Amino acid sequence: MEWETVIGLETHAQLSTRSKIFSGASTAFGAAPNTQACAVDLALPGVLPVMNRGAVERALRFGLAVGATINARSVFARKNYFYPDLPKGYQISQYELPIVAGGSLRIVIGDREKIVHLTRAHLEEDAGKSLHEDFHGMSGIDLNRAGTPLLEIVSEPEMRSAEEAVAYAKALHALVRWIDICDGNMQEGSFRCDANVSVRPLGSDKLGTRCEIKNLNSFRFLERAIDFEVRRQIEVIEDGGHIVLETRLYDPDRDETRSMRSKEEAHDYRYFPDPDLPPLVVSEAWREAVRAALPELPAAMCERFINDYGVSEYDARLLISSRDFASYFEAAAQRLIELNPAQLGNEEEARRNYGLAIAKGMSGLLAAQLNRAELDIAHAPVSAAQFAVLHARMIQEVVTSKSAREILLALWESPQTDESAIDAIIEAKGLKQVGDADELGGIVDGVLAANARQVADYRSGKEKAFNSLVGQVMKATGGKANPKLVQEILKRKLEG
Amino acid sequence: MATAAAPGLPTLRQMLNATLKELAAQLAARKVSSVELAQYFLKRIETLGSQLNAFISVDPERSLAQARAADALIAAGSAQALTGIPVAHKDIFCARGWLTTCGSRMLSNFVSPYDAHVIERYNQAGAVIVGKTNMDEFAMGSSNETSYYGPVRNPWDTAAVPGGSSGGSAAAVAARLAPVATGTDTGGSIRQPAALCGVSGLKPTYGVVSRYGMIAFASSLDQAGPFARTAEDLALMLNVMAGFDARDSTSLERAPEDYSRALTRPLKGLRVGLPAEFFAEGLAPDVARAVEAAIAEFKKLGCETVEVKLPNMRLSVPVYYVLAPAEASSNLSRFDGVRYGHRASEYTDLADMYRKTRAEGFGAEVKRRILIGTYVLSAGYYDAYYLKAQKLRRLIAQDFVEAFKKCDIIMGPTTPTAAFNLGEKAQDPVQMYLSDIYTIAVNLAGLPGMSIPAGFGAGNRPLGLQVIGNYFCEAQMLNVAHQFQQVTDWHLRTPPGFAQ
Repeated sequence: MEWETVIGLETHAQLSTRSKIFSGASTAFGAAPNTQACAVDLALPGVLPVMNRGAVERALRFGLAVGATINARSVFARKNYFYPDLPKGYQISQYELPIVAGGSLRIVIGDREKIVHLTRAHLEEDAGKSLHEDFHGMSGIDLNRAGTPLLEIVSEPEMRSAEEAVAYAKALHALVRWIDICDGNMQEGSFRCDANVSVRPLGSDKLGTRCEIKNLNSFRFLERAIDFEVRRQIEVIEDGGHIVLETRLYDPDRDETRSMRSKEEAHDYRYFPDPDLPPLVVSEAWREAVRAALPELPAAMCERFINDYGVSEYDARLLISSRDFASYFEAAAQRLIELNPAQLGNEEEARRNYGLAIAKGMSGLLAAQLNRAELDIAHAPVSAAQFAVLHARMIQEVVTSKSAREILLALWESPQTDESAIDAIIEAKGLKQVGDADELGGIVDGVLAANARQVADYRSGKEKAFNSLVGQVMKATGGKANPKLVQEILKRKLEG
Repeated sequence: MATAAAPGLPTLRQMLNATLKELAAQLAARKVSSVELAQYFLKRIETLGSQLNAFISVDPERSLAQARAADALIAAGSAQALTGIPVAHKDIFCARGWLTTCGSRMLSNFVSPYDAHVIERYNQAGAVIVGKTNMDEFAMGSSNETSYYGPVRNPWDTAAVPGGSSGGSAAAVAARLAPVATGTDTGGSIRQPAALCGVSGLKPTYGVVSRYGMIAFASSLDQAGPFARTAEDLALMLNVMAGFDARDSTSLERAPEDYSRALTRPLKGLRVGLPAEFFAEGLAPDVARAVEAAIAEFKKLGCETVEVKLPNMRLSVPVYYVLAPAEASSNLSRFDGVRYGHRASEYTDLADMYRKTRAEGFGAEVKRRILIGTYVLSAGYYDAYYLKAQKLRRLIAQDFVEAFKKCDIIMGPTTPTAAFNLGEKAQDPVQMYLSDIYTIAVNLAGLPGMSIPAGFGAGNRPLGLQVIGNYFCEAQMLNVAHQFQQVTDWHLRTPPGFAQ
């Protein structure tokens, strides 16, 4: 039988507020245990929660970015259960009335696009951490994380493969960083997913029994956990068994999921509205102010890049991989348009030509260098303006693309802020391309004399030999020869 | 420091029945020092108070240090209305450096590292904490018999209960162990003991006094308020306690007001609403007589009476005993033995630690309410109990809205009977719960309510008149009470045995 996989994700994004969701304690990561837990976080007798407006604002930003409904009134509820790292004995969360309802996210799987709908997104507080090692049979409790603001984003069960689930998680990850509500640091747990996975016979419209896999904190684990779980469920059903509604944990070391608790063991959380917190009211004015302050969203920007700069869809997607990357592109393209090295008269033509040049340069040269250096573009030692000047010099045929790489690397090694640095390096390293026909003619003559065999090959019809000869000339000039000119001269001399 | 003439015994005796204003005048005139006042009341707590068990903690060192600081303020001429005045605080308020038990074994070792908003306000005003008063465990009780520290006795008759849950505070003020005290009221816990001990007590509108640092029983009902002998003193105390606090999200942001401003206003033309439901079956004849006599006084003062209806009030006890335990069951989850408070000494694993800690740490009444609360919030019961009760709560509140269209203020009995005997209702929770039948609806509606002394009933036990105002009408209620106290002297009576 053929099976269809059905996946929905619940994602916890830690909101990037400086203080906690209901107290003034810091949310900074990595402090000594229990040094960032105030009386409220410790749940001392008599303390009360106070809503952090910054957390609400971030939730609003998210809701507006995914085209969701912002509920003018949402309610905080208490989710009651006992655990040592849950100081109050309940977690404050939104239950019946979340702040964000609906919305959708566009995801890309290879060259296919898909819209994933969201069920809701709600605000809640994180719990502390239980440490079961190093305490000689006892457990340590660290409450630094207790009260950290989270946005739980729940998708509809619309993903049909681990690949789609990862594409969704990546798109969501990019979005929360884009709108600056979450640092997205998965190692530190700032962005983690629970996957609800079920299978059903292909063509069936009934959902199978699902299992929830908790706390997947990398895209790789997400993919592997789902793949394992799908295989497991199909195997169970094909062996005549039933899937039990349960919570499972993924063990990366053994690459398998295992049962944590079944529905029978599930808690009755006894949700009820938290009487310490009045309903959260979001006025139209507040909502609209947040909307007005939203940055241009990736989808809109992607479209604009394609339309305005003539960038391919593939390149446009790469350019919007982060907000920093996109703004670097726009800044560089703008500067190049100002410089207008090809002296184009038509504004639209200029934008398209220069935009394309920068896009290509970023997806090739710059992306490769960033990857190698494991650097984020925000920390690239080459400014957008410098990158534009570099391209101007290429377009003006002052330097070859080979030299451009060398200039980039030189700047990478000893960064300078001024855009004149490009010309200074060209000068200092003598990278100005050789464009003098006479000078080149002499070099070509030398190469032809030294490579009699290739010359003979070419003349007997082996076209490939031509490229080899071009390469020899370029090598002889240290990559500085104007490639177009080299080809012209070579062709003339070989055929003349 | 230049010392004023040492106060003779007669001066201190005058302190016994002095109002806050009189005490402040004596302090300002240097007839007495704050240290002497503190010593005087501490001595009374130690000697006369021992038979009442009104206090859980006294800490003379701390009190006297505060008194010395107050004397310095007075000497520097920067005294405020309550500077140097001894105040007894209910042991539900966290006070830095003080044992803060909430009447429970669970917190019998908890020394608070911080001050509640109420404590902070009194400290800032220069008042002196003379001790922490006994109370029903976690404020759950109407007789002060559920305290881990033993029952409080009524100064008018030590066989009788003082009422609860703020029984220690009411008894302390009645017996002149402190000039004034603080309390909290979730279903009548200020008004009921005030009535049974013959003192004045006020529960403000929900949200007027911050709950920050006040150990939560039922968050949507809890409200702190003052105990004193006179309405005038209550007003001065409310001036200190009331006001917006950003640390409590249910605290209301309103312009500060002077609660004394209307005390002397004549009552002529005031419409007093009398709910028929307050004078129906279950009201003891002595209480009915006292309330009627009080209303007659108000008529003499120029008030008119109108009959009003509170048809849903009969539902207030059942509604309360769904909602308050529901909130309490969750509020008390933090007492788990992990971070502070009592922890069982031996246990096999985490679940066993929780079980034993909470079994040992909580008394029977607290456990009963946690069980009720857990039950009504459980899957499958939530709609039938919790949600239904919330709906009825709105109906009860709506009754008052309708009633206040016809009257300016509502009056009735505070309690159905005078103080009952210790042990009399301890085994019958429902009878105990019914002793709050006239007070609970006020909490459900979030309205301000007060009780003022209105006479004595069977066995010469005090009786209270309940005065219920519209939202934020505390100043008007204090005016009404003050005018009543100008023509009556019930509030000036001292229990025999505590008059010296």
